[in-house]
Amino acid sequence: MTIQSGAVALGSQRKRMWSRFQRHRMAMISGALLLGLALLAVAAPGLEILLGVDGGRVDLYQRFQLPSLAHPLGTDELGRDLLVRLAYGGQVSLSVALVAAAFSAVLGTLVGLPAGYFGGRFDDILMRFTDGVISLPLLPLLIVLVAVDLEKLGVPADIAQSPNAGLYRIIFIIALFGWTTVARLVRAETLALKTRGFVRAAHAMGANEATVIFRHILPNVVSPTIVATTLSVGNIILLESVLSFLGMGIQPPMASWGNMLTNAQDLMWSAPQLAVWPGLFIFFTVISFNFLGDGLQDALDPRALN
Amino acid sequence: MIRFLINRLGGSLVVLLIMSFIIYGLIGLMPGDPIDEMIAANPDLTSEDVAHLKSLHGLDKPIMERYGNWLSAALGGDFGYSRIHARPALEILMPHLWNTTVLMSIVMALSLAIAIPLGVAAAYKPNSFLDYGANLISFAGISVPPFWLALLAIIIFSVTLGWFPAGGMETVGDGGLGDRARHMVLPVMVLTLHTVGGYTRFIRASMIQTLRQDFIRTARAKGMSDIRLLIHHALRNAILPLVTVVALGFGSLFSGALITETMFSWLGVGKLIFDSILGNDFNLALVGLLFATLMTLIGNIIADIAYTWVDPRIDLAAGAGRA
Repeated sequence: MTIQSGAVALGSQRKRMWSRFQRHRMAMISGALLLGLALLAVAAPGLEILLGVDGGRVDLYQRFQLPSLAHPLGTDELGRDLLVRLAYGGQVSLSVALVAAAFSAVLGTLVGLPAGYFGGRFDDILMRFTDGVISLPLLPLLIVLVAVDLEKLGVPADIAQSPNAGLYRIIFIIALFGWTTVARLVRAETLALKTRGFVRAAHAMGANEATVIFRHILPNVVSPTIVATTLSVGNIILLESVLSFLGMGIQPPMASWGNMLTNAQDLMWSAPQLAVWPGLFIFFTVISFNFLGDGLQDALDPRALN
Repeated sequence: MIRFLINRLGGSLVVLLIMSFIIYGLIGLMPGDPIDEMIAANPDLTSEDVAHLKSLHGLDKPIMERYGNWLSAALGGDFGYSRIHARPALEILMPHLWNTTVLMSIVMALSLAIAIPLGVAAAYKPNSFLDYGANLISFAGISVPPFWLALLAIIIFSVTLGWFPAGGMETVGDGGLGDRARHMVLPVMVLTLHTVGGYTRFIRASMIQTLRQDFIRTARAKGMSDIRLLIHHALRNAILPLVTVVALGFGSLFSGALITETMFSWLGVGKLIFDSILGNDFNLALVGLLFATLMTLIGNIIADIAYTWVDPRIDLAAGAGRA
């Protein structure tokens, strides 16, 4: 009986969250847009079949085609279909951002939760460290890190030069710096939860530290972490696109929205239309994640001021 | 307060020291050292020459020893020579620093001049058409890729319309004030669009919070006009926390403009760091990166001091400045 009523309460809480989320119109639109973009990315191979083109095939006779039935968005400087390239680029840009954001969230929780829970000297050291990482000049450091020669670090050549190495490297590097926001947030949240009645009651009933942390603290820091992580996805997409644009992130021929713009600067006199689409895709993806995060914040944390 | 300052300065020095070691190590891990480049440029070099050159520049020594040598020289104010420019690295940094400061001051002033009235107006009538518009612009500003915005600005205003130059600091042979201003328009525009959104959202939130307080209701009940209420009572309180945000942003501006400076060939610190990393100019990259870190650290300290100045209830010695 009690379990059932608990389930009902949980169900109605979810319903309330959903209805609060629905009221945030931009977040709803953003969610739909992101779903569409994800579908396009997943459907990239199908799109190739449908249009009868090969996204990777270079055909110099077909350079700089304007939009047509065969190429809905035209072709690039190597005669590749722009729409198909954008879809494949979406696979890379979206998966890099989601995986890096997830890693950052896990790392941040691993630092922030113990810091807030155990406090004292331990907390001091961890937070000093976090402050130090936050004060680093992010973009220049990322550029240095991306340029590091993996073979000098002792990574075997066949791994360091495999086509996916650039992908893993950029995820790793972004997660290395991305955890600080979540760490601070989780720490602050844990500090507040620690003194709440239900946690003290758990202690009083003889629950050990692990039970308190995993059963009582962790589930309660999940929703702020989700909000912060959603908001960070947009930033990560921006970072990845900047690095790829500079030629230091995802390496061609693998497409990412950032590296599709690398040549656009040289071509802006002859083919300015090439600069439009990849940038628009980045822009709409990032703004959608930001609106989505905003909507989730309203839905998950109604106390927050808006 | 004094104790707090000493503590923070000490902590910042430690961060700076650790940073210098990390950057030093990382730069050593980048492909190609200066000797490799000499070999590439001069095929006549024998392996004995290479060994000789490496020992001449100390590159055959272990990294700790090299770092120790660099550090003791740096503490004496000698940051070494720039490989590309063949001049002391500090001497190269200074003019770039000035260029970045000029660009950033204008961007900062312009952003605040737009963000404050916009944020106040949005907070005065929440959920109005204007509020939605300001919100949309804010979100767009933080979501647009800066390099793409720069690219579009160049395509529209330089390539198509021909109104402003696509890059550089001044036209060779001209260099008057008007000419320099024209070169500044596009980078300032791109950077301002990028920064104004965050400030607007901050002011709006801060104003809404202030407008809910009792003293505002009292003032309104006493028949104060809306304009006077907004500016004299609400804004004066709401604007104070902005000091902290501006101070925090101050430091990051020195490296944050890397993309815009590179796109518009603006000879600032960001472009300097980028070019020196690409050009294997170790000493210059080190100085630039360390300087950018220093600026961020100073910005953080100023922000913490601003906290207490804004709200005397906060006790920094108790570590509240970190919360």
